[in-house]
Amino acid sequence: MNKQSPITLTTLHTNTRHDSGPKHVTGTAEYIDDMIEPVGTMHAYLGLSTRAHAEIVSIDFSAVKAAPGVIGVLTAEDIPGENDVSPSHKHDEPIFAEGKVQFWGQPLFAVIAETRDAARRAAHLAAVDYRDLDWLPDVRSAQAAGGKLVTEPLKLERGDVAAGMASAPRRAQGAITIGGQDHFYLEGHIAFAIPGEDEDVVIHSSTQHPSEVQLMVAQVLAIRHNAVTINVRRMGGGFGGKETQGNLFAAVAALAAKKWNRACKIRPDRDDDMQATGKRHDFVVEYDVGYDDTGRILAVDAVYGARAGFSSDLSGPVTDRALFHADNAYWYPAVRVRSEPLYTNTVSNTAFRGFGGPQGMMAAERWIEDIAYALGKDPLEIRKANFYGTDIDNVTPYHQTVSDNVIHRVVDELEASSDYQARRRAVLDFNATNAVLKKGIALTPVKFGISFTATWYNQAGALVHVYKDGSIHLSHGGTEMGQGLYIKVAQVVADAFGVNLDTVKIMATSTGKVPNTSATAASSGSDLNGMAAWDACEQIKARLVAHAAKLYDVDAVDCRWVTGGLDIGKKHVPFAELAASAYLNRVQLSAAGFYKTPNIHWDRATGKGHPFYYFAYGASVSEVTIDTLSGEYTVDRVDILHDVGKSLNPAIDIGQVEGGFIQGMGWLTTEELVWDGKGQLRTHAPSTYKIPLASDVPPVFNVRLAEWSVNKEPTIGRSKAVGEPPLMLAMSVVEALGMAVASVADYRHAPQLDTPVTPERVLMGVERMKGAST
Amino acid sequence: MVEVANAIRFLLNGDEVMLTDVSPDLTLLDWLRLNRRLRGSKEGCAEGDCGACTVLVGRLMGDEIIYDSVTACIRFVGSLHGTHVVTVEHLRGENGALHPVQQAVVDHHGSQCGFCTPGFVMSLYGLWMRDPDPSRTAIEKALQGNLCRCTGYAPIIRAGQAISGYGRPEADLLRAERIAVKDRIKAINDGRRIEVGAGEQRIIIPASLDDFASVYEANPEARIVAGSTDVGLWVTKFMRQIGPVIFIGHLQELKRIAENDSEVRFYAGVSYSEALPVIEANFPQLGELWNRIAGEQIRNMGTIGGNIANGSPIGDTPPPFIALGAKLHLRRGEHRREIKLEDYFLAYGKQDRQPGEFVESVTLPLLPAGETFATYKISKRREEDISALCGAFRVFVNDAGTVGMARIAFGGMAATPKRARAVEAALIGKNWSMDTVEAVLGHFAEDFQPITDMRASAEYRLLAAQNLLKRFYLETQGAGVRLKREVA
Repeated sequence: MNKQSPITLTTLHTNTRHDSGPKHVTGTAEYIDDMIEPVGTMHAYLGLSTRAHAEIVSIDFSAVKAAPGVIGVLTAEDIPGENDVSPSHKHDEPIFAEGKVQFWGQPLFAVIAETRDAARRAAHLAAVDYRDLDWLPDVRSAQAAGGKLVTEPLKLERGDVAAGMASAPRRAQGAITIGGQDHFYLEGHIAFAIPGEDEDVVIHSSTQHPSEVQLMVAQVLAIRHNAVTINVRRMGGGFGGKETQGNLFAAVAALAAKKWNRACKIRPDRDDDMQATGKRHDFVVEYDVGYDDTGRILAVDAVYGARAGFSSDLSGPVTDRALFHADNAYWYPAVRVRSEPLYTNTVSNTAFRGFGGPQGMMAAERWIEDIAYALGKDPLEIRKANFYGTDIDNVTPYHQTVSDNVIHRVVDELEASSDYQARRRAVLDFNATNAVLKKGIALTPVKFGISFTATWYNQAGALVHVYKDGSIHLSHGGTEMGQGLYIKVAQVVADAFGVNLDTVKIMATSTGKVPNTSATAASSGSDLNGMAAWDACEQIKARLVAHAAKLYDVDAVDCRWVTGGLDIGKKHVPFAELAASAYLNRVQLSAAGFYKTPNIHWDRATGKGHPFYYFAYGASVSEVTIDTLSGEYTVDRVDILHDVGKSLNPAIDIGQVEGGFIQGMGWLTTEELVWDGKGQLRTHAPSTYKIPLASDVPPVFNVRLAEWSVNKEPTIGRSKAVGEPPLMLAMSVVEALGMAVASVADYRHAPQLDTPVTPERVLMGVERMKGAST
Repeated sequence: MVEVANAIRFLLNGDEVMLTDVSPDLTLLDWLRLNRRLRGSKEGCAEGDCGACTVLVGRLMGDEIIYDSVTACIRFVGSLHGTHVVTVEHLRGENGALHPVQQAVVDHHGSQCGFCTPGFVMSLYGLWMRDPDPSRTAIEKALQGNLCRCTGYAPIIRAGQAISGYGRPEADLLRAERIAVKDRIKAINDGRRIEVGAGEQRIIIPASLDDFASVYEANPEARIVAGSTDVGLWVTKFMRQIGPVIFIGHLQELKRIAENDSEVRFYAGVSYSEALPVIEANFPQLGELWNRIAGEQIRNMGTIGGNIANGSPIGDTPPPFIALGAKLHLRRGEHRREIKLEDYFLAYGKQDRQPGEFVESVTLPLLPAGETFATYKISKRREEDISALCGAFRVFVNDAGTVGMARIAFGGMAATPKRARAVEAALIGKNWSMDTVEAVLGHFAEDFQPITDMRASAEYRLLAAQNLLKRFYLETQGAGVRLKREVA
């Protein structure tokens, strides 16, 4: 299926507001915890381990069971099917730990009680006896202990790396530590299970991946998929944190609901949510880069060690994607990159907007910086010198040719519109005359591959009903977590039929409506579901045209879709009238649509293929001021030019760019995950884990879409995916902070800041510079 | 003998509520969501840090009704007696349309996932009512206590700047009902003490400051709760039993601020927000710090007395107050005593406060002419964060250019707020110069052996503390070394 994109009538490519906007602002948008509970609804709460790695000698539940309101306790023994919710199907992720615990915060059991408060209080009353085991906190310790992996590593190789290094007059060698990130979706995990007859269970789940939750619940209950229905109306944020991590909560709610034949809801508090569910992987990237005297890279050899945590989860594909973006926008004549998804005794890390790509790109920008400072040049000059060509020097480390490269135009336009050169001179002048406050400015590019690298995920379904009154009912497999997917797909449907948007009723996502869906992830939501919905519309439209041609005795070619309905010869038939007459003439007014992304393939064993349908591009310029006495800083101005192809909804897309940038800035600046010496995460609530505030938004924040951009591929409306790529625009903040730090030693040394670049890291960087300069 | 009533009464939106059986640890958010099924207010963190549960609480102040944004997650229902609680469900425009605040947020694409949105709407509403044409800085300040993970805030700020184009506060429907609301609240505040429940479930809402003093003297085991910004977390995070509780946030006598030519006296119940204008007028050096204490909702709830009384080593007010030479006034029944604030903090978790005794007020001497004073807070995130360290510096340099007096106090550097006595001693009598400053830095390690935790390393704390003395010196020389965020 590779049809041309639909002809635009009126609704696509406009600034249509989020469909739930009025409900959001009035508090009437219903999240799972807001739903009316059936009488007798029970509440579950998890009991978590308080050891990083230990054998479970015994657990005494007597105090738990005696606590007020407690109905019962669920442990591994209560699971009729498999005690596993591993999305990689490696069976390494138990719902409830058995025999041993492998991280602080791992679920051991669940308490089921009449109220959430009762369950929560009782969950802390279990007496667990542990026998401590040696444990691995992080990448370095895991590597030192032999480097046990949770899943198969990947190697990408192209060109002769040894020869490239040998011929290189200069080398950049080092390591960068890139911190992880908590999703901090405002709505935490939640699942609400309602038992039905026979084996049936309906679960309202805060998940980006309903079909996987369905599979997991079926596996846990030892029932068929068709007995499990997963519904998702909306999530209060996802960002990848609800791609796999909702499995466990849904499974626990379903277990309790079926065991006691009562509805059951589970919602951890923020602290437990942050301790018991996975985050963005932190990485240590060791690199060796050969380059010439002009700053052109000749060879790259790097190892990407990632803290996977105790289980595989998505660490395989995440570390794969780190390698896929080891190039960012740069041509490496010879390259060898290898991943190490390392076993550690920490929560199993998972998907997070960018999915390993940001870490891969951060490392690339590190060696660009190393080269620039070594040569005494503006890093932008080095970036430009190494950009992929448009016709030559355009093959990636995974042997896909980049055929849609627009990075040169994006960067050139942004450099001009942001007045980069003059501002850089002003920054240099400022630093020459100020001893305590120092400024920095940097421009960094983004090139991001669009498609799931698990090729089979690149498919989607939709279900469209037209009723007799012309109103339309839209279902598809994508989930709404705030990103505006629902409104974009509704725009596609309204546009296809030429009707007003309010004619289209957006239905909650349900496995009962559209089966076997993929996660709403990898930025793919509107690409996939938009096309699937459009396919369904086209099927119905074809039947309507055939019907109209017959009814009015004209040729089908004389029927033309226009705003409001169908022009049949010289007669205009409003859509509702057409639907009514089609019904009376026994025309099917419902269709299931389907789409699969064309032209993609990937052979992981050889590290070769064409995993990405296309690339999204962008660039940003950040200017900062640091205080060299305290390390505190301000981000003073940010300019962004981002490529979303021909935008389906510029207002929604701008929102993704602004939001993605700020979220990325948080990841790289103030969001620090800190574990203590016993393996407990100490930053598990907003009091200790600091995401950006309104007052962290740059006072000057110029965000533009590349309005000239049109996807070369026939995507829906020629748009491009927008969810993940803007997050990485925030890399320019790190590089700008680096420049300000480097100014202390007159830019003679690369700043080499690890992330997140907290005030402490800035001050310590300044101290290093002072040490290096004496 | 005061009269006693046995019901907690307040207004919820348009309805009067009367509760005769209420647990002292019942939070407003749980009560709204579970008991009243008003589910527009959301739980994002249950610690007052994300703002998804923001509601307005109106209270009598003199003859006025003041509406404060507060976080319902750590506000106890028992503390609401005689107030008007306004939730997002009560906001409405004319003829059932969206309220101007709501319409602005919708039109400017200010919601994505929408979970934080009701809280933002309430914060923006509170701002618009008192400042319909806010500067960007005012908007950011009003939103310091609201987290959004989707939008990057930019569209919410744009919405905040546009609201008055959608409607003016004069036409607000809630404003129109205020006279009636005030009458209803006045009727509830009838001068009686409220007592509900027994034993650990007992709630006491004293009729007056004197009533509080006598009730607490008689019940020294009771927990005093003013703003509940600390005790709230004991409940929501640690599920601690807090009763019996004496709620004192309503006591107008504890909200007094007395100024004269030489000092300012803050009674313990003065909130950070209430203190701000007086602080800015009398201690302009503290204005920046004050605006960086927590978020707007917490500044509306938290009190000066509470920040001192709880003895935290990372409270933001003790370091500057100690540097200024603050005096603490403690009271037990009718017995009052005065101590130096710095002497109140004995050890971690241990203060010089006897059973039945409470912090009644704190007096700040005005800065004598010729002295210089500054306070610097350092935190990982500039706003709505807890100090990694907070340093307050005060010196007098005599005509000869030598240091005649030095008082330096830090938070976050020890188990209590603490003076840097070795550094002070080393400075006194020396020429006030960078050479002197450099020469005394080594004494910081005598005064402080800070810890490493999630906010900062020990190494950073010590280095930054030393550097803050450098910053202070440079500022006394007129150097512009303070980082400023410039917004249009």
